[in-house]
Amino acid sequence: MNYEAWVLEALLAFPLVTAIAVLLRPVREAKWIALFATLIEFLISVPLWWEFDPTVALMQFQVARPWIAGWGVWFRLGLDGISLFMVLLTTFTMPLAVLSSFNYIREKERAYYALLLVLTTGMLGVFLALDLFVFYMFWELMLIPMYFLIGVWGGPRRLYAAIKFFLFTFVGSLLMLVAILTIYYYVGRATGTYSFDYYHLLSNIQVTDRWAFWLFGAFFLAFAIKVPLFPFHTWLPDAHVEAPTAGSVILAGILLKMGCYGFLRFALPFYPNVVLDPMVATVVVVLAVIGIIYGGLVAMVQPDFKKLVAYSSVAHLGFVMLGIWAATVQSLEGAIIIMISHGISTGALFFLAGMLYERRHTREIAAFGGLAKVVPLLAAVLTIVVLSSVGLPGTNGFIGEFLVLIGSFGIYPWAVVVAATGVVVAAMYMLRALQRIIYNKLDNPENEGMLDLSRRELAVLLPLIALIFWIGVYPAPFLRRIEASTSMLVEQVRGAQAPAPFETGGRR
Amino acid sequence: MWPVIDLGLPGGVALALLPELVLTGCALCLTILVAWRHRSEEDQLLVGYLAAVGLVLTAAVVVVFWVSDVRAGGLESMIALDGFRYLTDLIVLLGALLTVLLSLGYLGRERILVPEYFLLLLYATVGMMFMGGGADLIVIFLGLELMSVSVYVLAGIDRRSVFCAEAALKYFLMGAFASAFLLYGIALIYGFTGTTNLGLIYVQTATWVFQENTMLLIGIGMLLVGFAFKVAAVPFHMWTPDVYDGAPTPITAFMAAAVKAAAFAAMLRVLLEALGPVTVVWTEIVWWLAAITMVVGNLVALAQRNLKRMLAYSSIGHAGYLLTAVASGTDFGAGAFLFYAFAYTIMTMGAFAIVAAAGRRGERDLRVEDLNGLAKRRPWLALAMMVFMLSLLGFPGTAGFIGKWYILSAALEAQNGLLAVVLVSTTVISAGYYLPVIMAMFMKPPASDDAHEHVTVTGAARWVVAATAVVLLVLGVWPGPAMDVAGQGGRDLRPSVMITVSK
Repeated sequence: MNYEAWVLEALLAFPLVTAIAVLLRPVREAKWIALFATLIEFLISVPLWWEFDPTVALMQFQVARPWIAGWGVWFRLGLDGISLFMVLLTTFTMPLAVLSSFNYIREKERAYYALLLVLTTGMLGVFLALDLFVFYMFWELMLIPMYFLIGVWGGPRRLYAAIKFFLFTFVGSLLMLVAILTIYYYVGRATGTYSFDYYHLLSNIQVTDRWAFWLFGAFFLAFAIKVPLFPFHTWLPDAHVEAPTAGSVILAGILLKMGCYGFLRFALPFYPNVVLDPMVATVVVVLAVIGIIYGGLVAMVQPDFKKLVAYSSVAHLGFVMLGIWAATVQSLEGAIIIMISHGISTGALFFLAGMLYERRHTREIAAFGGLAKVVPLLAAVLTIVVLSSVGLPGTNGFIGEFLVLIGSFGIYPWAVVVAATGVVVAAMYMLRALQRIIYNKLDNPENEGMLDLSRRELAVLLPLIALIFWIGVYPAPFLRRIEASTSMLVEQVRGAQAPAPFETGGRR
Repeated sequence: MWPVIDLGLPGGVALALLPELVLTGCALCLTILVAWRHRSEEDQLLVGYLAAVGLVLTAAVVVVFWVSDVRAGGLESMIALDGFRYLTDLIVLLGALLTVLLSLGYLGRERILVPEYFLLLLYATVGMMFMGGGADLIVIFLGLELMSVSVYVLAGIDRRSVFCAEAALKYFLMGAFASAFLLYGIALIYGFTGTTNLGLIYVQTATWVFQENTMLLIGIGMLLVGFAFKVAAVPFHMWTPDVYDGAPTPITAFMAAAVKAAAFAAMLRVLLEALGPVTVVWTEIVWWLAAITMVVGNLVALAQRNLKRMLAYSSIGHAGYLLTAVASGTDFGAGAFLFYAFAYTIMTMGAFAIVAAAGRRGERDLRVEDLNGLAKRRPWLALAMMVFMLSLLGFPGTAGFIGKWYILSAALEAQNGLLAVVLVSTTVISAGYYLPVIMAMFMKPPASDDAHEHVTVTGAARWVVAATAVVLLVLGVWPGPAMDVAGQGGRDLRPSVMITVSK
């Protein structure tokens, strides 16, 4: 069978099968099975890079199987330029997450690795689903493994963080369920075909319906909580700080992207009129900009390194939201690049925070200092990652923020001006933290005996650093693959605004 | 071509009542058996197993009726022959069967030696079957009384327990009130239409012009109050927590699942088959009942620390969800009810099986904290309990989600968008008390090293827990056939003959 026919289903099924294997085999094999499973999963996904046709804006590798056929629920999967990189980011991050847990996780190992594998399926399902019912199932299902990862293997306030994470996401997603069902019935009544098919709903939805605002609002709430957009972000610092290292990496690297992805895939194309409504747009852009500045300012005063990184996520995701709402090709490409590079840089920062914690059992920035002398390798890696997170030209962080800023300037110049100062704020808190950790004086005797990066830790970090420079220096291959789908999205969104009905190419 | 039973002939009526007759026959035989075998625990177990056999036998008869699609021929009758009746029968029979299986071990542990327990269960089940199948208000009322009287006794079966006695008395007083309301409602409707037959009432309400007739309105109101008492809808729910808390745990499960399902089935049949033409009148009332029930039930459950009481209040919340299905006023809603009632019966039985196992002998208060660290000692049990809790919460991947999805669909199809929003908002509230159970089991350390030593599920109860958990997961992933069956059963609730007469 040829690759494109089986790859998406294999990507979803394989982790589940191996999760069972992890549970059945002895404890000492658990981490190795998980590592090989995630590596093979990554290898399965790598050919997507070549097989993906960058000139096609529509979904590729499509799969459709009847599931609850009487209700119009089909198991539909597909991949376009927007989801391609989310999938690759997921399969790329998971082996690193597993590898980083080797020493950190000491109890209930089997359950831990099995949950990580189930989580992989859940996240990939969200990015691949082309049926709104299937999407909803995966969207909710991945809550459970994450809830357990935080609640069982997390820090001291893990119970609080876990239930907060669960409840926040649950509130938004249930209202989204009502919206999905409402759209299902509207479209079903109008066309006579009751189906949860993404394209069927997209091409028949009444964008100017008087309920459009509320239906959009339900989607918006679900995704904005996940992103998280200020002021829905309060679950994030708790969850990020309390989660085990791999959990934080997955939360920041992939789970937050689900919210952004939801906007790009559903909220924007379904209700362009509401999205571009001046009042709605102003509110969202203002919130995004507040997120950028507020996240940066709060990060500046955090004594805890992990919390600092968590708040910096709020700021980064503010850029993504700004880029999404500007809805130009450049700003959307920038938003997607930020989504990827935030996954890489922030993932790396959380890995490093975890490694520091494993060595010193504290995450207080003040407890460190002068590490450059003791652990030069770790210091060098931390420097590179911090610079990429700040957005230094030549690293991945720069490309995305630059594209978002120039792409949005024509639409929201005032927002871009304010957001640009957010870059400066980011430099302030990140570089200051870097300085306090690896430079300054080596005044704490406990730091003197610190070990440098082990080979396993290097194996976790080096792929991330390679990507930081690749995207930073030569982003063209990435942009080329994103472009077709984003242009189509822009047409869908902007086209609906045009006075004459605008026939977009991408509809069946 | 389906087999037609002519209900005009005595033989036809007997044939139509075959499932009820089989179960009644079994119950009577067991009554004689119990009369001279009631001294030892073995006798009680024997009666229990025979009761289970009787239930299975009856279910087999119902399945035969259902598969061969037996329908009624001839004029209006006292008993319905349709998919809705068969499915309701199967749901209550399943509920009763699971209760019997749970009771076998429970009664032994609690040293309750009353073999009549199982007889009463069977009689109650017969009553429920009449409630789901009665096509005449009087038959439905008789079924309801047969069920209620048996359950009053069951609630107080443990004579040594003060709380049991309190539960029984409370239930009896409240139940008597409810019956009175119901009967008065029936009388008023009879006064308006001159008949108690559901089909004929439909014709009368459809053809008569004065739908604003006060007598009919009051009658419908009384009827709804009576049913609302039985299904424990707010504000007629006050008896529920004390009764559920005080009764023996398997009986609590029985009341929460089967009794409620039967009362809802009767309610739906009366509302759709008899009062279909005046849908506007009662959907409004049911709408408010549903909204208040969901909000109050879930909010109060949030405040409970006692697990059994929490499940009692949560069952009020679930009654609210079912009322949402009723409030849609369509046969689609009836299908949603059938599916949800089935799923709810299974998950409630499973959850109560574990509550029964985790409670020590004579110990009434099983708090959520008492489950701390259960996953360490009894991983499979904790896993099963997690499935039940997630299913009760309506989490994707479990039957509870599919049920809620079905109900939401029914509500949205009937343009009840606001009620759907209330449903999902209260579902979020319910996460606030279902999740701590999971949290206690998996994320908190056990109180002591030998905690949960006594927590064992033995014999039949073990199979109940395993089977219910698996069924919930299977239905959550592969619900298609079950949903189609439920939808078909719901569509049967149309008075098909009568529509042609009235139009």
